[in-house]
Amino acid sequence: MDPIKESLLKTSKAAKKEKKGKLISEFCIALIIIAVVAIFYFVASKGLATFFTNKINLWDFLTKTDWNPGVKDSHGHPEVGALPMIVGSFGVTFLSAIVATPFAIGTAIFMTEISPKRGYRIMQPVTELLVGIPSVVYGFIGLSVVVPFIRRTFGGSGFGILSGTFVLFVMILPTVTSMSVDALKAVPRHYREASLALGATRWQTIYRVVLRAATPGILTGIVFGMARAFGEALAVQMVIGNAALLPKNLISPASTLTSVLTSGIGNTVMGSLQNNALWSLALLLLLMSLFFNLVVRWIGKRGAVK
Amino acid sequence: MATEKEKIITTSDVHLFYGKTEALKGISLDFNKNEITALIGPSGCGKSTYLRTLNRMNDLIPNVTITGTVKLGTQNIYAPDTDVVELRKDVGMVFQQPLPFPFSIYDNVIYGLRLAGVKDRQVLDQAVETSLKQAAVWDDVKDKLHESALSLSGGQQQRVCIARVLAAKPKVILMDEPTSALDPISTAKIENMLLELRDDYTIILVTHSMHQASRISDRTAFFLQGELIEADATKKIFMDPSKKQTEDYITGRFG
Ligand SMILES: Nc1ncnc2c1ncn2[C@@H]1O[C@H](COP(=O)(O)OP(=O)(O)O)[C@@H](O)[C@H]1O
Ligand SMILES: [Mg+2]
Repeated sequence: MDPIKESLLKTSKAAKKEKKGKLISEFCIALIIIAVVAIFYFVASKGLATFFTNKINLWDFLTKTDWNPGVKDSHGHPEVGALPMIVGSFGVTFLSAIVATPFAIGTAIFMTEISPKRGYRIMQPVTELLVGIPSVVYGFIGLSVVVPFIRRTFGGSGFGILSGTFVLFVMILPTVTSMSVDALKAVPRHYREASLALGATRWQTIYRVVLRAATPGILTGIVFGMARAFGEALAVQMVIGNAALLPKNLISPASTLTSVLTSGIGNTVMGSLQNNALWSLALLLLLMSLFFNLVVRWIGKRGAVK
Repeated sequence: MATEKEKIITTSDVHLFYGKTEALKGISLDFNKNEITALIGPSGCGKSTYLRTLNRMNDLIPNVTITGTVKLGTQNIYAPDTDVVELRKDVGMVFQQPLPFPFSIYDNVIYGLRLAGVKDRQVLDQAVETSLKQAAVWDDVKDKLHESALSLSGGQQQRVCIARVLAAKPKVILMDEPTSALDPISTAKIENMLLELRDDYTIILVTHSMHQASRISDRTAFFLQGELIEADATKKIFMDPSKKQTEDYITGRFG
């Protein structure tokens, strides 16, 4: 055989290596996919058992307000109304996002448009620090500072959605801020120049061009913050009061999906209705985070087309 | 020989430093009203820098020092009492990169008017149509005014950018190589448009294309290494330049 043909027919070392590398990465991907599918399957099968095995009405689950899976009501149905937790979760999530957004955007504008150097020197370490603090510390500070403060200012026990909002506000602020900063930084410098050259003031440039161009990115940051707030368990649990009651106002004890889950899951027997009902809450959480992810993707796509 | 034309911008002894580097070494140059003046010269000679002194865009760059006087009409634009925002409404600018804002075509064009507080729909609609027609892009976009300007081709985008400037009704339009990123057909459209605009505006055009300068400008100024070598009627510059460097440059015998 002539040497050229021979060398072409033989698999080279590099080609073998490439094959190996490809195999390893495919294996890793498969592993991750299996893990994700397994988690979904597990949560779904457990969470759906409430409705299929225990024959709880899905509508009742979503709209009834009494949560006490061990107890039966006057009609003999178990009390698995998750509405208080749903309201609590969405309440703290939206409120903390609403409070955090203006602060985040203001800070981001300061850091990118007004005083980048000083902004970064102060905000970079602050942001990193806030992200790095474990949630139990937030909860503890909330418990020993925020709750008494609210009790003194607004009355009541101090536990409730308002306290939860405060704590979550601080926890999601760095996320929303840093993503807003990224969004503002991604706005081409050229837009700013063109705006100024058309006779806009710096402020007009910021709110008419920069913020508008950065809106998809900022929205993404807000949704990420909301996802974090929605999924946070420990810190919220410490300040919200953990009463599975429909909150009457922002300072009455309430609960969230996560807080009921974490406080209840250790006290129930696998396979029982009490346990399955908690899994249904977990399924709801999972679906919500899926939903948040979809929203982020959707915003990203729309932003890209614009 | 020519009658004295009305001057709209006069600059004298303009020096500009980026930090310690002198990028403009004493430029004295005047611009006549309703004329197109081309600024030519090899890249890095300071054309853009000079152009940006005329609407004070260099103010945005840190560590820039400018001396000398630049007058719009009779007002020294570097005088402490000059309102930069007002100045930039009178002296508009078109950039090299055709980059409209990521808004609809309509919103792009009315940007300057919105800044000025114009809210009347009819006025805005009218301004959009007029400016887009002036910018020779109306036929391309009239059916999709509310679509994103970023969906247009590069040449159309640049003409929308020009319309955006025209709608703000400046007196002078600065253009920094507005066609260098465009194909020949778009370039020709813009060149023809500029000739039409000359009746209503004063245009100062930086270009690297000798052909463009000779075809559409009334006067041409030749820059070299931060200095103004000569400025004269375009015909004179291209047929019979008085300076050796100018001749070398326009005949391509340079460097
Ligand atoms: N922002 C800046 N900072 C420092 N130097 C600059 C800046 N912009 C331009 N220069 C320098 O000034 C000189 C003139 O640049 P420029 O006006 O862009 O030239 P031209 O437009 O004729 O190509 C060049 O040497 C360039 O490197
Ligand atoms: Mg240039």
